[in-house]
Amino acid sequence: MLSHLLPHLILLLLLSPLLTGIITRTKAVIAGRRGAPLLQLYFDLAKLFRKGMVVSSTTTWVFRAGPVAGLVVPVLASLFIPFGGIRAPFSFNGDLVLFVYLFALARFFTVLAALDTGSSFEGMGAAREATFACLAEPTVFVIFIVLARVSGSLTLDAMLSSLQSHIGHPAAGVPLLLAAVCLFVVVLAENCRIPFDDPNTHLELTMIHEVMVLDHSGPDLALILYGAAMKFFVMGALLVSFFLPPQPTDIVTETTAFVGAMLLLAVAVGLVESAMARLRLIRVPQLLVGTSLLSCFALVLLLR
Amino acid sequence: MSTTTNCVPLPLASIPQLGYDDYAQAVAGALADGGTLLAVLADPSSTTGRHKLYAVVGGRNRMLSAFGTRVDNRFPSLTPILPQFHLFERELAEQLGVIPEGHPWLKPVRFHRLWHGETDVWGRDPRNHPLVGEMEYFAVTGDEIHEVGVGPVHAGVIEPGHFRFQCFGEQVLHLEISLGYQHRGIEPGLIEAPSMKTMARIETMAGDTTIGHGLAHCRLFEGLAGSEVSARAAAVRSVALELERLANHVGDIGALAGDVGFLPTASFCGRLRGDYLNMTARICGSRFGRGLTRPGGVLFDIDQEMADELLASLDQMTEHTRGAIDLFFNAPSVLGRLERTGRVRREDAVALGLTGVAGRACGLDCDVRRLYPLRSDKKQAVPEILGAQGDVFARALVRRREIEASLAQIKASLVALPSGKTMAPVGRPAADSLIVSLVEGWRGRIAHLGLTGRDGGLRRYKVVDPSFFNWSGLAMALRNEQISDFPLCNKSFNLSYCGFDL
Repeated sequence: MLSHLLPHLILLLLLSPLLTGIITRTKAVIAGRRGAPLLQLYFDLAKLFRKGMVVSSTTTWVFRAGPVAGLVVPVLASLFIPFGGIRAPFSFNGDLVLFVYLFALARFFTVLAALDTGSSFEGMGAAREATFACLAEPTVFVIFIVLARVSGSLTLDAMLSSLQSHIGHPAAGVPLLLAAVCLFVVVLAENCRIPFDDPNTHLELTMIHEVMVLDHSGPDLALILYGAAMKFFVMGALLVSFFLPPQPTDIVTETTAFVGAMLLLAVAVGLVESAMARLRLIRVPQLLVGTSLLSCFALVLLLR
Repeated sequence: MSTTTNCVPLPLASIPQLGYDDYAQAVAGALADGGTLLAVLADPSSTTGRHKLYAVVGGRNRMLSAFGTRVDNRFPSLTPILPQFHLFERELAEQLGVIPEGHPWLKPVRFHRLWHGETDVWGRDPRNHPLVGEMEYFAVTGDEIHEVGVGPVHAGVIEPGHFRFQCFGEQVLHLEISLGYQHRGIEPGLIEAPSMKTMARIETMAGDTTIGHGLAHCRLFEGLAGSEVSARAAAVRSVALELERLANHVGDIGALAGDVGFLPTASFCGRLRGDYLNMTARICGSRFGRGLTRPGGVLFDIDQEMADELLASLDQMTEHTRGAIDLFFNAPSVLGRLERTGRVRREDAVALGLTGVAGRACGLDCDVRRLYPLRSDKKQAVPEILGAQGDVFARALVRRREIEASLAQIKASLVALPSGKTMAPVGRPAADSLIVSLVEGWRGRIAHLGLTGRDGGLRRYKVVDPSFFNWSGLAMALRNEQISDFPLCNKSFNLSYCGFDL
């Protein structure tokens, strides 16, 4: 399994900023603009890593720990899921719980880092982030139960690699499709995309994730941006494995299919963002509770 | 009380000086009769002891009524019974050092020194310029209440202003808005005889309302002299005024779309706003219309070739504008975001004297073009455009319908441009008079008031931008709203900071 480690990490580290570029470009094209270069995030990261940093004197080490956790966690979490033909480098029974709570750990540190600044904006953002995360968590777990039930396995790797052969059967296919829809909503919510959050807004009172990182600059900000891009990549990989071609072929074809599917996912997110407005903040919990219920329904369909 | 109409001078001698109680009663009666308080100003001739005050109320049948009185350094505040007075009384206190007793929130408005004299009402040290924003803010106390201060430096490229929210979780209990960061002393600067500086000051009073304020100023001078501009100049002015309305309304709808994260309309409207500004630039070389209006007429003509060109591009832009706006109003997620957000009740709108788009969104018919047309205005059919709910949606809808009306009006003006000269000499201004010049700018009612002396020179020039009234409306719209909806509400009002600060 360790032989998968290197290609796995290369794929994650090199490709994740491209997805952000594709989302931005899709939105620009729909809006009739030319848009930023596809590689803009790579340029931004290179620029930010070379910059100095301003750190408020009221903060402690927690403030610096937030971005680091935000970067390390997606890398760790990615090791438990397969990227198309590249199987997960690590896998054990029940690793799905670790997967979910790794992200919770990152959120914990981001929230603490935000509170550490003592700014009222960042406090508001932290409160929102914590609330919405609590509401998204049940959905993820119910989806995992559905996957475990369908695949008969408790490791993420086995669950996700065997999905393709089940999705064609009506008995498992309908619950899986429902689960995929719920997962798509969770991906949007967790990655602060429209309709939950607007990654482009600079209105401090409406932001959720962006407001928590207002005080970070330079390399710290680069860590956050890079971490966010990788988080989207990892969660996207989860969703994409529902739809990869069923027959196992050679590893090159499978990886190409995986990368293609990831790019399509980025385009899909861009289309969603172009087609609808942001929800009122007060409506966000309702939508997340709705997806929880929908995922429960998927489970009921499966168990009936 | 004595009455006049828009841009017709009223001899000061004909305004009866009432005792304060009679004055209060008369103004209250006029306001209860459906009138709107347009301005309160002090006569500068009385610098010590007793001050001469005038209140101007817009009533029905095109009538503007002026009420005069004299007050000492202390006088009973009218704000508790007539809330429309609240800012005017604070302004008087700040400028003259008089104390409206019983004013519920007597605070500075623009944080400047007294016009004459040393120690002001708040006892601020006159040697140091009073620091802007230095005052006691409303505070809500309680364990779970938190205060959020935004500005005066903002995350976006906007003007400076300080907003202080008292919040209970995400819910806003109260918003207090403190401005004055851009106070430049425009009003005292306009008292001297008109000079090269005058129009530059007028046109930059609120940069996005260059034509509106320019027109109000020009009409004031033309009215004082009793001269009229040619039909052609009036037509060019009306085209420019409507182009300004179009550019700003289209830009505002785009900005609203940007705030709710609806990208297509945000991008399209951003471009279209530029196109409309460029049409103004086609006429006079300045995208904001600087240098176009002057007392006596306009400095730039629209010849036949330009008129045809403008008409052709208008046709094309009408289609694009409709497309972008329809997209916005047909998206359910957008409507869900706009409806019932930032509601101002009609009673509050009346009490605060909201005007313009914000007032009409609450159902108040406050369009100067309909209520107080000039004598020379031909019977233009300005449609009645009213919203009902007073929410963000209503304000967007009023803009959408005004865009349609403006497009129609510009086309009508350009197709039938009257012939004639664009400039006419302006005669000597009437002496010892009060004149009120009202223009419906894109944001709402712009009022310029002038008091002339014995030689016809201006002794007092007063400007009331629509933002002066409407900022209070924004504060009311945020009551019990989500704090995250503030940017959207703010954008739906889109008020001027420098127009307020003067």
